[in-house]
Amino acid sequence: MTRPALTPAVLDFDAAQVTERLVTQLRHEVVETLGKRGVSLGVSGGIDSATVLMLAVRAMGPENVVALAMPERESSDESLSLARELCKVAGTELVVEDITTTLEAAGCYRRRDEAIRELVPEFGAGWRCKLALGNTAGYQITYVVVQAPGGEPRKVRPTARAYNTIVAASNFKQRTRKMMEYFHADRMGFAVAGTPNLLEYDQGFFVKGGDGLADVKPICKLYKTQVYRLAAHLGVPQSILSRPPTTDTFSMPQSQEEFYFTLPYPQMDLCLYALDHGYTAEETAPAVELPVERVQRTFDFIQRKRVATKHLHLPPIPIEPG
Amino acid sequence: MDPRALIRAFIEDNFVLHGSAKALEDDTSLLDTGRVDSTGVLTLVAYIEDTFGVAVSDEDLVPENFDSIDRIVAYVERSGALAQEAS
Repeated sequence: MTRPALTPAVLDFDAAQVTERLVTQLRHEVVETLGKRGVSLGVSGGIDSATVLMLAVRAMGPENVVALAMPERESSDESLSLARELCKVAGTELVVEDITTTLEAAGCYRRRDEAIRELVPEFGAGWRCKLALGNTAGYQITYVVVQAPGGEPRKVRPTARAYNTIVAASNFKQRTRKMMEYFHADRMGFAVAGTPNLLEYDQGFFVKGGDGLADVKPICKLYKTQVYRLAAHLGVPQSILSRPPTTDTFSMPQSQEEFYFTLPYPQMDLCLYALDHGYTAEETAPAVELPVERVQRTFDFIQRKRVATKHLHLPPIPIEPG
Repeated sequence: MDPRALIRAFIEDNFVLHGSAKALEDDTSLLDTGRVDSTGVLTLVAYIEDTFGVAVSDEDLVPENFDSIDRIVAYVERSGALAQEAS
């Protein structure tokens, strides 16, 4: 039997049917499995958390959902205004928790800036920064990009020590947000819903104990392309549907492509699907409109990320005494 | 110690835990065996620069130069010879 040619249509689905299944299962898991009566989640103004919020409202009712916006001094103002717009549509109240002082107390900004100064001694007040993948073939080297007030962005290859410290310090943001989500969940007797999509979940694009931590993950089996379709079906505002995906973690705008995925999500989704369904790079190339070598590199990248992030998926490992 | 022995010792000390228990041959791919990832290669490059006085440019930072002990030795020898010629 010959397999059908790979096309973007493989990710098509009946949004109404999928919504029904997700809502039913989400309600069952929260109430029956977890023994909770509602859901707490962070809303970032992005597509994933918007979709989970809409599903949670359908599953539990708006009065049993806590939607949290957790801005800090470096997050974009747009994130908060989009979260407000979303909650209006969803019929839920938006709780705003500014986490800047918590991050300051933990040394998030100070530790990160000290690590950046190991690379760029003049980095200081008013400068902005982000991490961005370089174009180095074969290695996915992440560079530190800094920008002086009024200056041009400058890209610096970090040392491993500085890079790891910058990431570790930035991870305070995701972990602090999760702590706040659990505060409200515990207060209300709710479960925490996580918001990773399949691409992020599969590739380990989350912080362990941060955005990777949750009691239930309603969209982690949906490709990002499918999340967009579901979001449109659920009535997520157009302003969120049309916003380019961003990490909103650094003071300079940072797309998910430049930080992690190297390709726009429609192509990453199809490459991931192709790899998992046994399509070769030659068979995949026409569907993603990329050269065969680029597809093969993406396949290699996906496999390596799986190896490199395997530990993020593991639960704590009990050590037997005898 | 010769460059090959130094490079092998550094990789064994720093990256063997990341890979399988299989023997590390001089031509074993460090990427494919999961020993050196894109952060690990930054550690490796810093060691090469400090130990052999080689400045590794972004253009040189490719698996063709760093993905096995053989390739790293060849790169160090090539870069050292170029540096000598330049001086």
